[in-house]
Amino acid sequence: MDVMHNFELYQPGSIADAQAILADVKDAWIIAGGKDSLDWFKERVKQPSALVDITGIAELHGIAAGDDGGLWIGATTTLTEVAEDGAVRDKFPMLAKAASLVASPQIRHLGTIGGNVSQDTRCLYYRDGFPCYRAGGNTCYANTPTAMNREHTLYEASRCVAVTPSDTAPVLVALEAVMLIQRGGAKVEVAADDFFIGPDIDITRMTVLQRGDILLGIRVPGTWAGSHQYFEKAADRASWDFPLVNIAMAARTEGGKITAASMVCGAVQCTPRRLSDVESLIVGEAPGADLEGLVKRVAARGARPLTFNQFKKPLMENLAVRAVRSLAV
Amino acid sequence: MDGIGPFDPTVGYPPGPAIREIGPDGSKIPLWKPLHMSRRAFLRGVVCSGTVIAGSAYLFSTATAARADARAVERMLRLTVNGRTHTVDVPPNETLAFTIRYRLGLTGTKIGCNSAECGACNVMVGGMTVYSCSTLTHRVRDKEITTVEGIARPDGTLHPVQQAFIDELAPQCGFCTPGMVVSAVALLNVNPKPTIEEARLALSGNLCRCGAYDHYLRGVMTAAERV
Repeated sequence: MDVMHNFELYQPGSIADAQAILADVKDAWIIAGGKDSLDWFKERVKQPSALVDITGIAELHGIAAGDDGGLWIGATTTLTEVAEDGAVRDKFPMLAKAASLVASPQIRHLGTIGGNVSQDTRCLYYRDGFPCYRAGGNTCYANTPTAMNREHTLYEASRCVAVTPSDTAPVLVALEAVMLIQRGGAKVEVAADDFFIGPDIDITRMTVLQRGDILLGIRVPGTWAGSHQYFEKAADRASWDFPLVNIAMAARTEGGKITAASMVCGAVQCTPRRLSDVESLIVGEAPGADLEGLVKRVAARGARPLTFNQFKKPLMENLAVRAVRSLAV
Repeated sequence: MDGIGPFDPTVGYPPGPAIREIGPDGSKIPLWKPLHMSRRAFLRGVVCSGTVIAGSAYLFSTATAARADARAVERMLRLTVNGRTHTVDVPPNETLAFTIRYRLGLTGTKIGCNSAECGACNVMVGGMTVYSCSTLTHRVRDKEITTVEGIARPDGTLHPVQQAFIDELAPQCGFCTPGMVVSAVALLNVNPKPTIEEARLALSGNLCRCGAYDHYLRGVMTAAERV
């Protein structure tokens, strides 16, 4: 448990070098902060023969202003750097807030935003090495009448009932961010909405990242820069915890009415869930008690709770209401 | 088969009917010569040899698995801990906590959960607190590392945080204390006059099983007054 298996460690200084290693070693594992990876290795659930530490690649790190009033955030930028960056706080305060609420200070000091969005699910059965669907087996241990599934999914279960554990992911989807991926010789741009994939597309992955791919960074467009933003995370503990449900909303108001809104909920589905019903409902309306009542009715529509996670439905509804209420001030 | 059986040297006398009377004076002479070794000394011997066996398995397994690849990291590295630069031989899969404790002998840093949750292994890397149990040593080899041993002055004068923790009776069992000290010092280094909320946030990555959080927070606030 405590000592990790033997592996080679590579610390390339360029993307080309990293790609060469990834091409050479078929099961090479990309590591940056290592906050999630090392736990996998210590539990001996994953045992890659080589690690590629990409934190030495300068171009993957840092925050820069974009042409359209948005920001470029390198994949190995730490969560602390994201949370404390002046430009992020100024333009996308909910991204700074979400980054500051991830786990604990020590995790944020090394953990990267690239790792936060591409981390694997927290399903206890999967993590403990159960041969479940996601691990390549043919059963789900979390979706049985007696299984511990209070942290699991409300939507789009397809054999697997795991949820996205990330706090920054729903924010990036709400801000319509674009993930930049190095795939072979090409740089591929993937909208954050499409970056996260559910078990119906590939049950063994949480993102579109394939073996050999390197997440270069995240481009947050200026679309929602300076808008009213709201992020809230509901978790069992205030520190070092994954969300039970979190919500991210960006909205613009004019003359007391909501003119545009983007609302995304995390930890209720395998991917961040866009609350399109709420978005279409609130645009053109004035925030207030009437609207909140309607939002509460549609926010968690279609949810299909498991045995022990029925509390997530009202939690989701209330978080959506609180997000809309924040517009009334 | 008399006298032959599972020999328990911790007892000091042979088991079973192993004592026979010999000698003109009729004195009882044991068949097995008792070991002139205390129980404690014997146990220590067993523990040490066990460490050697387990430790060498750990060390040499890595050496045999290493492939001759110029691009992989070199095992020998220079690590600057508490202002002193050490040259140490570190396999790629070794965590900073392991290196600090078992290669450099700085056992003030504790290993609690060993999975980046409890904060007992908390050290400063470049002024930032990190969980050393979940950080590869090779990942931080170019950085300035400060452990709890590097907090007090070289003449032994305690850091205000350490003195305040003593004055406020912060530690109970004390296992989380090194990590708490490092977190508190890291906070005061960048924010000498924190609010209690800022202090709470700075210590939020350290678990205290005794639940002495309020004592630690009072300690941080007291130390902030004295810094």
